[in-house]
Amino acid sequence: MIEFFLGHQLYWVVSLLIVVGLYGMLVKKNLLKKVLGLNIFQSGIILFFVASASKRNATVPIVEATTKIIDSSQYINPLPHTLMLTAIVVSVSVTGVALALLIKIYQKYKTLDEELLLKQMQ
Amino acid sequence: MITSSNNPILIIASRFLTPFIQLFALYVIVHGHYGPGGGFQGGGILAASIILLRLSLGTEKSEKVFRRTWGIPLGFFGALVFFSIGLLTMLFGGNFLEFDELGLLGFNKVGSHFYGILLIEIGVGIAVMSTIVSIFDNLSGELDGD
Amino acid sequence: MKKTPLIILIFFAVALIYSTSWLPNLGDPQSLHHREHSPIGSQVAADYYIKFAGQDAASPNIVTVILADYRAFDTLGEIIVILTAGIVCFVILRKNL
Repeated sequence: MIEFFLGHQLYWVVSLLIVVGLYGMLVKKNLLKKVLGLNIFQSGIILFFVASASKRNATVPIVEATTKIIDSSQYINPLPHTLMLTAIVVSVSVTGVALALLIKIYQKYKTLDEELLLKQMQ
Repeated sequence: MITSSNNPILIIASRFLTPFIQLFALYVIVHGHYGPGGGFQGGGILAASIILLRLSLGTEKSEKVFRRTWGIPLGFFGALVFFSIGLLTMLFGGNFLEFDELGLLGFNKVGSHFYGILLIEIGVGIAVMSTIVSIFDNLSGELDGD
Repeated sequence: MKKTPLIILIFFAVALIYSTSWLPNLGDPQSLHHREHSPIGSQVAADYYIKFAGQDAASPNIVTVILADYRAFDTLGEIIVILTAGIVCFVILRKNL
């Protein structure tokens, strides 16, 4: 029971981060706060993948150049770190394009509130 | 257009720190072989140094460091460096991005992988840096009128 | 807040916590993606990368070797993604349309 709690508490913390991001996207009325909620969501997903790659009593995946036979239980899994570098770059791109769209909306309708926007667009 | 800051402490401190940040970013890109680091990380730090200059000195004075019109062409130059490494391996008879075939230039098998990875990381660093700075420049452009 | 977002958030949180309780413990060396061979018998990729990346590329950093040697094609696609975002930002915010 204790081992189940210690082994799974990371996933509960990441679930909390994802729910906070989803709350920001659903409930808040300002469009800029929705974009920031998306960013928090993406950070939660990246944290989940990177932290699930760890092993007990293992070190960072930088090997000595001299050893020929490498014991693979001494180094953590390097594959999720590589894939999450791509995910961070995708997060930057999506945030940049979303903020550009927000600037155009503000220039045309002079407000960023969701309900006033829906009224003005009809 | 961002105006220059009124505070002389901010201006002097940012002008003092920028060469050290750029040197550290270059260090991170090139030492991606031997320790943590690589192309994406170093490109982000290099972009942060130029955005620091844009925020504290204003857009007009920091044009001398990195022009606004250089943003996207330099990004495509980085992608061209990456692509030309792949085409170079095809020129020597292998598949696309197969580093074993670079051995015809005079390296042994391990050395060709070494230099291939180094050139790819430099190309990635240049592309990421100039694209992030150009996104920032487009977002902080002229806000007056439609 | 209103009722519908609250119900959606609580349902999402319960679904996440229930489905992550089926995952293996954190850091278990015997979990399926840390082993040497998968249950069918084929080689697991991460294990191969740790064992052979230092010899294949004469570089101690395994993450850079994966990103630029074994999976260089994905890095090329990544560069195209971020260049597309840069061009889209320029096209949206032009002045003379």
